[in-house]
Amino acid sequence: MSLKRTPLYAVHVAAGAKMVDFGGWEMPLHYGSQIEEHHAVRRKAGMFDVSHMRVVDLDGAGSRDFLRTLLANDVLKLTPGKALYSCMLNESGGVIDDLIAYWIHTDHYRLVVNAATADKDIAWMHKVAHDRKLPVAILPRRELAMIAVQGPQARALLREVIEGLDGDAAAAIDRLKPFTAAVVDEFFIARTGYTGEDGCEIVLPADEAPDLWQRLVAEGVAQCGLGARDTLRLEAGMALYGQDMDETVTPLESGLAWTVDFKEPRDFIGRAALEKQLAAGHLRQLVGLKLLDKGVLRAHQKVTTAHGTGEITSGTYSPTLECSIALARVPAGVAVGDTVQVDIRGKPARTLVTKYPFVRNGKALI
Amino acid sequence: MKVPANLKYTSSHEWVRQESDGTVTVGITEFAQDALGDLVYVELPEVGRQVKGGEACAVVESVKAASDVYAPIAGEVVAINESLKDKPESINADAFGAWMFRLKPVNAGDLGALLDAAGYEAAVAANK
Repeated sequence: MSLKRTPLYAVHVAAGAKMVDFGGWEMPLHYGSQIEEHHAVRRKAGMFDVSHMRVVDLDGAGSRDFLRTLLANDVLKLTPGKALYSCMLNESGGVIDDLIAYWIHTDHYRLVVNAATADKDIAWMHKVAHDRKLPVAILPRRELAMIAVQGPQARALLREVIEGLDGDAAAAIDRLKPFTAAVVDEFFIARTGYTGEDGCEIVLPADEAPDLWQRLVAEGVAQCGLGARDTLRLEAGMALYGQDMDETVTPLESGLAWTVDFKEPRDFIGRAALEKQLAAGHLRQLVGLKLLDKGVLRAHQKVTTAHGTGEITSGTYSPTLECSIALARVPAGVAVGDTVQVDIRGKPARTLVTKYPFVRNGKALI
Repeated sequence: MKVPANLKYTSSHEWVRQESDGTVTVGITEFAQDALGDLVYVELPEVGRQVKGGEACAVVESVKAASDVYAPIAGEVVAINESLKDKPESINADAFGAWMFRLKPVNAGDLGALLDAAGYEAAVAANK
């Protein structure tokens, strides 16, 4: 099967990007130095092609009830323009995907789901709408591109560029509060991201994406690949689907209990399983790790604690902290400040249990 | 791609330089550093260790992944490049300058089995 390409593929290749297969998509890993791209986002501004992620629009009288059934978080707490992060669960409470839901207005919502899971997600949405007999139109928008511009200067630089294209859209950027979105002409602009920095994600027609990208390059926004995206999100303590959680674990054991809304007596899919898990107790937990010895923590390395063994779900070298950090799923009872051992190629490495995020808004938090 | 003609190579992307004192110096190629990306950690063998040809005896870790470095021939590790422990990125900057370890070969004739520059370039091209 040939790899899929985004509307920015030719732009990446022309910029000298190292292209890799990422969940069936041919995507830029880096444009020279992943670490420099990481620092650009922490210190100034960088941008990512995230057009492989799937935009799914929902419309129809049943769209709110549909999302209140489909998602573990509750869209009832949204106001128009506001974004909500949520997991979409199966009946066993396992995570089918994590996503962001934006309430545009009235019966109109926009979801952004992961690339590798998009087809599975959409099939599940159709099944839920059908089984629950909810009148909702599920509209995947594959003709759209998405660019994430992130960093302390990201919004200001994006505003400069957009000013030259659409004055109304530039004014909307000024007004955007964190975790909200605005639709202006052909732009959908959200003040969201996956780096722990301020910034925006812009959804726009595919054929306009290369021009916006080049204008941002000219304004001094660094081109960043998926490599930097991963180190940035891990420093920011943000879970990655397929690594930190998947269909075999619940959000309660993935550091995502805060995204599950039990307040209303709402019958969301997976609720019964989660309540049963809570009642049984002894839940595993996702913790932060900081390597005290030399080396690099990696996913699937075994963690030995006084309370039993666990496993690293994501590990990397942190360019901001200049040491190795990780997220790990460990037994109940393990606490921040404990020293645990990680098996790195057969050798035990001393590792400190920390809170996470590790870094936010350019500052080290551990 | 830069492949100096005065060095020998392995298909696992090590370069080998024959020294006048009979030892050989080993590092990883430009192709290898480019494929790995930014290096953040290097683990080197102990001086005095006896290694077999093809034995994993060092590790280079990039932000992305860990990779073994193999002994190109059998020998005793007689020196390691300690400066890499604090500056692994010097391999990215100059792969053919940033040597990793030096071996005293068990059998100097083993060098004859390694690839020359043209052979290595062909091996890389075949794997693309």
